[in-house]
Amino acid sequence: MNKEAQLTHGMKMDELDRPASKTDKEQEETCLEVNNLNLFYSEKQALSDINMVMARNRVTAFIGPSGCGKSTLLRCFNRMNDLVDGVRIEGGISLDGENIFDKTINVAELRRRVGMVFQKPNPFPKTIYENVAYGMRLQGVKDKRQLDESIKKALQGAALWDEVKDRLHESALGLSGGQQQRLVIARAIAVEPEVLLLDEPASALDPISTLKIEELIYELKDRYTIVIVTHNMQQAARVSDYTAFMYMGELIEYDDTNTLFTNPSRKKTEDYITGRYG
Amino acid sequence: MTDISKWFKSGQPWIWLNAAAVSTSLIMVFGLVVLIATRGLGFFWPADVMKADYQITSESSVFLIGEIVETEDIAIQRVRDGGYEIDSNDEFIQRHLIKTGNRDIYGSDFQLVFKPLLTNVQFPEEIIAIERREWGNFYGYLKSVKKKGEIIAEGEEAKNVLPDLIDRVSDIFAELRVIQQQDIGAINYSMEKLRLKKRRLELDNDQDPGKKAKIASQRETLDQKYSVLQKKMTDLQEQIQRDSIVVEAMNGEQLEVSLQNIVHAYYPNSMSVLGKTGFYFAKIWEFVSDEPREANTEGGIFPAIFGTVMMVMLMAVLVTPFGVVAAVYLREYAKQGPIVRVIRIAVNNLAGVPSIVYGVFGLGFFVYFLGGNIDALFFPEAAPAPVFGTPGILWSSLTLALLTLPVVIVATEEGLSRIPSSIREGSLALGATKAETLWRTILPMASPAMMTGLILAVARAAGEVAPLMLVGVVKLAPSLPLDGNFPFLHMERKFMHLGFHIYDVGFQSPNVEAARPLVYATSLLLIVVIVLLNLLAITIRNRLRERYKALES
Repeated sequence: MNKEAQLTHGMKMDELDRPASKTDKEQEETCLEVNNLNLFYSEKQALSDINMVMARNRVTAFIGPSGCGKSTLLRCFNRMNDLVDGVRIEGGISLDGENIFDKTINVAELRRRVGMVFQKPNPFPKTIYENVAYGMRLQGVKDKRQLDESIKKALQGAALWDEVKDRLHESALGLSGGQQQRLVIARAIAVEPEVLLLDEPASALDPISTLKIEELIYELKDRYTIVIVTHNMQQAARVSDYTAFMYMGELIEYDDTNTLFTNPSRKKTEDYITGRYG
Repeated sequence: MTDISKWFKSGQPWIWLNAAAVSTSLIMVFGLVVLIATRGLGFFWPADVMKADYQITSESSVFLIGEIVETEDIAIQRVRDGGYEIDSNDEFIQRHLIKTGNRDIYGSDFQLVFKPLLTNVQFPEEIIAIERREWGNFYGYLKSVKKKGEIIAEGEEAKNVLPDLIDRVSDIFAELRVIQQQDIGAINYSMEKLRLKKRRLELDNDQDPGKKAKIASQRETLDQKYSVLQKKMTDLQEQIQRDSIVVEAMNGEQLEVSLQNIVHAYYPNSMSVLGKTGFYFAKIWEFVSDEPREANTEGGIFPAIFGTVMMVMLMAVLVTPFGVVAAVYLREYAKQGPIVRVIRIAVNNLAGVPSIVYGVFGLGFFVYFLGGNIDALFFPEAAPAPVFGTPGILWSSLTLALLTLPVVIVATEEGLSRIPSSIREGSLALGATKAETLWRTILPMASPAMMTGLILAVARAAGEVAPLMLVGVVKLAPSLPLDGNFPFLHMERKFMHLGFHIYDVGFQSPNVEAARPLVYATSLLLIVVIVLLNLLAITIRNRLRERYKALES
């Protein structure tokens, strides 16, 4: 078995139905930038000295074994960690050049700009329509026509419109798991964020739903900067432009996906993607 | 031996024990309801009226007419010790409690008689039972009907003309009541308002003659209206006094009864079962919808039902927002630590404080302190008469709201803690602030739990009597706390309550035998009211639950 095939679990990178990497880090426009980020849960350090730059309109994947801090890092981007007691953050993250930990930042506004989709679908116990309208209503949108239009657009954007257009006013809890997850994505994109954070969006779904979500991610990257955490290396390889490998709270390697999977520069990365641990 | 230990190991005895506990509870509840229902509902049935000779001694006997209310066995020895001569070989004889009515003639309307001494027992069809507005029931014979003092019918003919005349009187009576309570009540209410206004002007030292003239002219119009009504009432009263009947009681005494004192007149022994059933339901309706008479021992208990329901609803309106807000603070905003833990323990312990203590607190704080200060600040013109500085429905509701607050807080907290954190995060991730998340998602989803708290609160509050005796309940309230006079809801008024009514009728009644069935009937009604209130709350909760069904798993 040649090295490349072995590294990618037998995946052929150019057969993955994704354009061969045309990415050049130096030419990308910066969207998110992480500077010397350290995060502590009480006394325990969960992230140490993370430095990375995420490109606009690209998909960046975080991979790594459980507990390596990839979800924690993701939740820093929209300051979801603020909700956890005893979290202390040092260093900075800037979105479009603005430090998101700055005191003048409005957290609610930040979270509107940085949407998030969680591991388990979490639709509100409301109708499909109201779920998607939720964010817009928070913005104060009351006009029925404007709402209708945006909801249609969001649902189309999440590839769910055709399946639910006849039952917009039924409970969202009646949808299947995969549909619920796409509804949650529609809900997130309805407020037109700049960044979408996806925290293992397909791990609770069946293979067909997973495929749909992946296709959706691929379509969405034209409009949004996407950061995805995934356990599934094939998924990272299929959907992402850049991949970051994390281990024990440290960023081990960060490179464009092809390079990381075919020619990792660090031994730990190679061990992980060849399945030696994790 | 091994068999028995095997049997124990199998868990069978445990299951049997559990089942026995459940069935015992069920039997007790069922027994309670059946006992109260039979005793309470039997009261309204128009029983046959007996006529008999009662042989008190071998020489003297009296003539008895009345309903058999109760029968019990009694040792014959006791009866003989009491000086009665009874010729019987049995160890026990039966003793009847007979409702003879005619309290105005005999001084009491019940009599105990021994069955062996009754002879010549009959149920003659021509015995008439008359339910009167005063002096209780009358049993006897109808002799004649009079119109303006002239006899217009006698015997069988009197029997035929009587129903129409009674209907006429009932109509006039209803009309009079409307005038008295609504029209004149409204005028009195306005007069009192004017008097207070005038007094207010005096207190403010306002010498504006225009204002005084205005009050005087308003008073004038009210006086005119009053005299019109007064005249109408006098006319009606004349009309209602027109007819009367002459009846003969069991001792042969003849009595003239004005028709205005008659509620019903019927011939129980000649009524068919169907007729009796109709009469029975009419009586039940009267009990539920009418006002009490004769120191609460007769008539209906509508004001008590109304007061109970309204007090409970007011309490619900007061306790829910308060409890929910407190629970939201404790669960969502307060920093969880030793202080919050202490507060939580204190709140739970409040639920265990005896309710009479709340009554004392309500009297001291709400009535005397709050009410007194409100009076001093806002109603100086009413002094020395108190407005809010006296027990009333508002203070009762507040006291009970305080009493049931822990229940609502605990239930709401429980509900809030059950909402999955993924829902909160989902809302926050969309750019909602904490308050927006609470209002738009968390509170609606926790509403079934709040309703559960409210159900428990209602169940407790509706049955509470002791604290109410201190802060607002009375034996007889002259007017309902809700009426047609602006501002319609009179929170300062005293009110009647079913629970207190039971106590009052049971313990404070001058006529024990007459009141006893009413105790059961009122208890039954109280249970029905509580069940209905609970059913209402449960229906709302189930709707909410269906709507906000939380995520599975």
